[in-house]
Amino acid sequence: MSALLVIIIIGVLITLIIESLPSIKALGIGFLWGKVWDPVQNIYGAYPFLVGTLLTSFIALIISIPFSYAISIYLGEYNPKGWLSDLLKNTIELIAAVPSIIYGFWGLFVLVPLVRTLEMKIGVAPYGIGVFTSSLILAVMIIPYASSLGITLIRMTPSPLKEAAYGLGATRYEVIRKVIMPYTRSGLFAGILLSLGRALGETMAVTMLIGNTSAVADSIKNAIFGPGNTMASVIANEFTEADHTEYLSALIELGLVLFFVTVVINLIGKRIITKFTNN
Amino acid sequence: MESTIVRAENYNSYFGDNHVVKDVNISINKNEVIAVMGPSGCGKTTFLRGINRMHELIPGATSKGKILLDGENVYDMNAIYVRAKIGMVFQRPNPFPNLSIYENVIAGYLLNGIKVSKADKDVIVERSLTSAALWKEVKDSLHKKGTFLSGGQQQRLCIARAIAMQPELILFDEPTSALDPISTSSVEQLFHELKANYTLIIVTHNMQQAARVSDRTAFFYMGELVEFDDTKQMFTAPADQRTQNYITGRFS
Amino acid sequence: MEAKIGFRNTKSVIFKSIVVFFAFVITLPLIIILIYIIKQGITQVNWHFLTNVPAPVGEKGGGILNALWGSFLMVMVAAVVAIPVGMMAGIYLSENSRTRLAYYSGLCVDILQGVPSIVVGIVVYFWIVKPLGTFSALSGSFALAIMMLPIVIRSTEQTLRLLPDSLKEAALSLGVPYHRVILKVIVPCGFAGILSGITLSIARVIGETAPLLFTAFGNPYLSSSLTKPMESLPHLIFTYATSPYDDWHNLAWGASFILLMFVLILNIVTKVITRKWKVQL
Repeated sequence: MSALLVIIIIGVLITLIIESLPSIKALGIGFLWGKVWDPVQNIYGAYPFLVGTLLTSFIALIISIPFSYAISIYLGEYNPKGWLSDLLKNTIELIAAVPSIIYGFWGLFVLVPLVRTLEMKIGVAPYGIGVFTSSLILAVMIIPYASSLGITLIRMTPSPLKEAAYGLGATRYEVIRKVIMPYTRSGLFAGILLSLGRALGETMAVTMLIGNTSAVADSIKNAIFGPGNTMASVIANEFTEADHTEYLSALIELGLVLFFVTVVINLIGKRIITKFTNN
Repeated sequence: MESTIVRAENYNSYFGDNHVVKDVNISINKNEVIAVMGPSGCGKTTFLRGINRMHELIPGATSKGKILLDGENVYDMNAIYVRAKIGMVFQRPNPFPNLSIYENVIAGYLLNGIKVSKADKDVIVERSLTSAALWKEVKDSLHKKGTFLSGGQQQRLCIARAIAMQPELILFDEPTSALDPISTSSVEQLFHELKANYTLIIVTHNMQQAARVSDRTAFFYMGELVEFDDTKQMFTAPADQRTQNYITGRFS
Repeated sequence: MEAKIGFRNTKSVIFKSIVVFFAFVITLPLIIILIYIIKQGITQVNWHFLTNVPAPVGEKGGGILNALWGSFLMVMVAAVVAIPVGMMAGIYLSENSRTRLAYYSGLCVDILQGVPSIVVGIVVYFWIVKPLGTFSALSGSFALAIMMLPIVIRSTEQTLRLLPDSLKEAALSLGVPYHRVILKVIVPCGFAGILSGITLSIARVIGETAPLLFTAFGNPYLSSSLTKPMESLPHLIFTYATSPYDDWHNLAWGASFILLMFVLILNIVTKVITRKWKVQL
């Protein structure tokens, strides 16, 4: 039965590769930095989507890190047991349980107008939708992944280590900063990688909020506050409309890239965790 | 006339290349209580588990030689049949947590799908629990799960479970080392009572226990069966210097 | 020295306040979102809503029956496929940690867990939709099953790993053959963990949209055929939410509310199972 699994994964890989072959052949490695995506003229470049994906994911990650860390530290060290801690823990798990489509829907009707007002205030074109908005909702969605791992890791910090520091007269903050953080550093990093992996693959919420523009923005400001596309969102939007082989193949090649990037990041994260927990 | 129930002939055990039990020859009679003692790592548990073929379940574990149960080599018989014929009680009490006390006792029949009538089941349960000196304490809670039982009671439940299969031979692997003193003495008392109907081989880390409960004692050291004698003789005038060193506490 | 300690203590207190602030403030977006969905959606839900298919554009009323039924059907089929396969793989992985097959399977489970759901959709498109020549509920179920597998496998494997070896030994020493030990002792003892893994995986896939975009596709009519396109709750929400019609937006709010309730209930059920049925070891 587990042989079946291996077969499935190999199948996934092979299918993706085979189906992107026409595109790979036609466009070569330049695909990755081609800046124009114009299906009508059969010009395909992945660059806009790489930018979109990286921007949304990294902005989301940066926004989410303080919160993930705070939750990990609070539930791992300050308050690991008790009703309040359980309540917070369940709430965080709930964030992960809500389907992404619901985040997208809510974002479309509530977050977008808010961001529009914000953009008007700071003097940027008030699209409302765009990379920034997607990053915001993505940030919320990925918090549970890093924080649940973080909680487990922080709780695993050996008491003797902490007690040694307290015994020397360290304050709580110093124990956290100088004992727990260094000890769990690699594990927490792995948690961030897992969050990143989740962010990269997120499709629906981002598709609904990002504006679906396949052009490269002309400035950083516009790149962040204007519409864009990620690899996942362009596939979601254009797959069923791809009417010729090169078009479809290009989209699939994007899928292949997405597959590799997310899988590699997730595997690295998991490997770090196994190494950490085996010590 | 005493008859041999189990005999080892040139029996050796290995964990991979590690030669753990070396060329054991021993003969045990019916209704005897045999203690097997020795320092940690001397191979006594490995030897015990070779008798009912539990040893080979560990990856890389092999053995050579014969173990004859009533004249037949267990290594020529079906392993599962051997294990059903020989009872085993482990160091930590391990009743099945998903079964009730009643079901635990007849677990050997239940899990093997052996059909037994309800009346027969009741008889087996009562008989086994009585032999294990547990009947009075649990007869009103037979259908509850055994998790409320104390360590000693759980261990007696495991003994009842082994007895229910009507083995001739019961193996005990340090059965009281996880129990408190009171439970330990209740289980030791049980050995005296079980002797009438069963043959018991008890691996123990506790010399005093060996001296208290057994008719004959086997002393293992570094994989070898160093000495096997009448318990009284072993503890008052051992033949081998190594035995002497062990009982005087030179090493444990 | 004393002044420094005072300063350090203050720093510690400030730090704690910051941590507490950040930790709790993040619950706000969730609460806001939940309240909003509930408020918008609950007014939509009535008997008519649950028992009718969507009305054509312009007509009032309509409901989400096709999506409700579609989600139910597809998840059931996905579960029927994923649960046995997942459990068997999980049992295999927990019993054999050293074989090469176990290593590679474990790796594949990890990979599968990280694959974006849209990529699963792409692949199933080529495996089932193209050969069949049509979008179908079957392909949707298959895609969902692939997404359920890693969760079922990991939770089965972890639950069984946590069971002490002594359980197996006790059964083996009674002369119980190995397969019966697994089926009648190990799996029943791990039942709570395995079941909660199953409910968790169901909670995860009923909300998945991306894998269904080009497999099950969507269907404005009620359908029970596995070989035809089928609507699902999340897909309906996506289509109708991004449409320009207010009526359809309302349907989407109602559907979101229902979906949210399902997910919440399943998560609560999972917690209850773990608490009540966990076998005391």
